[in-house]
Amino acid sequence: MLDINTIRKDFPILDQKVNGQKLIYFDNAATSQTPNQVVDSIVDYYKRTNSNIHRGNHKLSIQATTAYEDVRKKLHKYFNSRLPQEIIFTSGTTQSINIITLGYTDLLTSKDEVIVSEMEHHSNIVPVQMLCERTGAKLNVIPMDNQGNLILKEFDKFISEKTKLVFVSHVSNALGTVNPISYIINKSHEVGAKVLIDGAQGASHFEIDFQKLDIDYYTVSAHKMCGPTGTGILYGKEELLNKLSPWHGGGEMIDEVSFEKTTYGELPHKFEPGTPNIAGVIAFGAAIEYMDNIGLDNIQAHEDELLKYCTQELKEIEGLKIYGEAKNKIAVISFNVEGIHHYDLGSLLDQFGVAVRIGHHCAQPVMNYFKIPGTVRISFSFYNTKEEIDLMIKALKRAITMLQ
Amino acid sequence: MTDMLAIQDEIVAEFSSFDNWADRYEYMIELGKSLPLIDPKYKVDNNLIKGCQSNVWLHSETNDGKLIFTADSDAILTKGIIAILIRVFSNQDPDSIMEAKTDFIDKIGLKNHLSPIRANGLLSMIKELKMYAVKSKTRSN
Repeated sequence: MLDINTIRKDFPILDQKVNGQKLIYFDNAATSQTPNQVVDSIVDYYKRTNSNIHRGNHKLSIQATTAYEDVRKKLHKYFNSRLPQEIIFTSGTTQSINIITLGYTDLLTSKDEVIVSEMEHHSNIVPVQMLCERTGAKLNVIPMDNQGNLILKEFDKFISEKTKLVFVSHVSNALGTVNPISYIINKSHEVGAKVLIDGAQGASHFEIDFQKLDIDYYTVSAHKMCGPTGTGILYGKEELLNKLSPWHGGGEMIDEVSFEKTTYGELPHKFEPGTPNIAGVIAFGAAIEYMDNIGLDNIQAHEDELLKYCTQELKEIEGLKIYGEAKNKIAVISFNVEGIHHYDLGSLLDQFGVAVRIGHHCAQPVMNYFKIPGTVRISFSFYNTKEEIDLMIKALKRAITMLQ
Repeated sequence: MTDMLAIQDEIVAEFSSFDNWADRYEYMIELGKSLPLIDPKYKVDNNLIKGCQSNVWLHSETNDGKLIFTADSDAILTKGIIAILIRVFSNQDPDSIMEAKTDFIDKIGLKNHLSPIRANGLLSMIKELKMYAVKSKTRSN
């Protein structure tokens, strides 16, 4: 059991009024809130340690480098990668995915095939489409059913010796579906295809063991797991990352530079050109520590309870339809109310102090599947409570009455 | 034709009579329901205003040198906003529309309730209304 009242003291942002009402923050799938411990780590870094890393030879630079590299080691242990250098620091999931799609430009031809799923976030669709346009590779799309599950029979049909890469999200941001990534990875590996798992919505909810799941590539955004924005990781198996061309050139990523020939550095530096987001990475370390202390098992149990309770309450509301009812889903609920536009509901909920997301959630193919322009999306984190759900339901009912 | 400034003052007075947001929003919803609706044949992609979070269609016709606006949206609050704008801009001559000031919007406290994205949508609507006036003037010259 989590002691939510104590936990909430770490998040002063939650204790405020917006539009004159008590804030209820239910937009955690877009960005989670940042506890004091993480904010303090950023402040401390700039007050005491700020210095450029790797190249410096003075005390502060050594301290900054050690703190930065310690986070890499921490994430390596946390996610159980084989080597620390398999953890590449990026600006977040979007950049991580683009590093892979750019890296494969020279490795694919028009004879190859790539698979994505219909429920991906645009950041796991557009870079893949661009890769296919550059290389001529064929793009196959795994469809989903009306509960929001991927249709694996169709995935099986696409998998062949021609398949080189598969891009699937761990968890759908629009529907909350947890995808069967083990099945997809194993099936892909049978034909030698590599799999990228977009973990933007996954890493904040589950313990993930990169080696045990035999994951080729995994992407994480720190700001979805109590960390700062602009920081994330790309995980890749060493032997795979070594084969990829660097995506950007610059300082820090080289072995030797001359006008005759420049050679690139080893992992992880090959993929980390320029001065990185040092404070962000250090704060990401603090965020992982914070979540680890609470325990992902506890987090998951509490969020599941909120999901069940809220789903039940929402279903009592006449004309309300939930999109995405997979058996295995995280605490994300997308819905619409008959005859009311999601924009109107979202605007009124905002006036009641309830922060939700409205729109297509950067997953237009999902909206096209359901033939809707968008939804209202509620998403919970471990610091949310049933009392907040009660207040939200009350606000929602009042908004519906006003709009009908 | 009533003077555009007089209409604006009228709207400001109406909105200042509400002392809470809920009443103000309920009034906007009421206004949304009274919006002069666009003829379905003009509800086409060409008449969609870009930059709005919900679909907004706008059409204009000229009657005796004055522009008559009709519109629709799939969101009721958006319909309310466009209804307020049409009340000011419709049945005016192109010159008045082009020169019209729109600081009444700040005065009714609407912008405080709009996110920057939604405020952009509002600006797009005003721009579009004025564009119709420019086009109409170019045609008549």
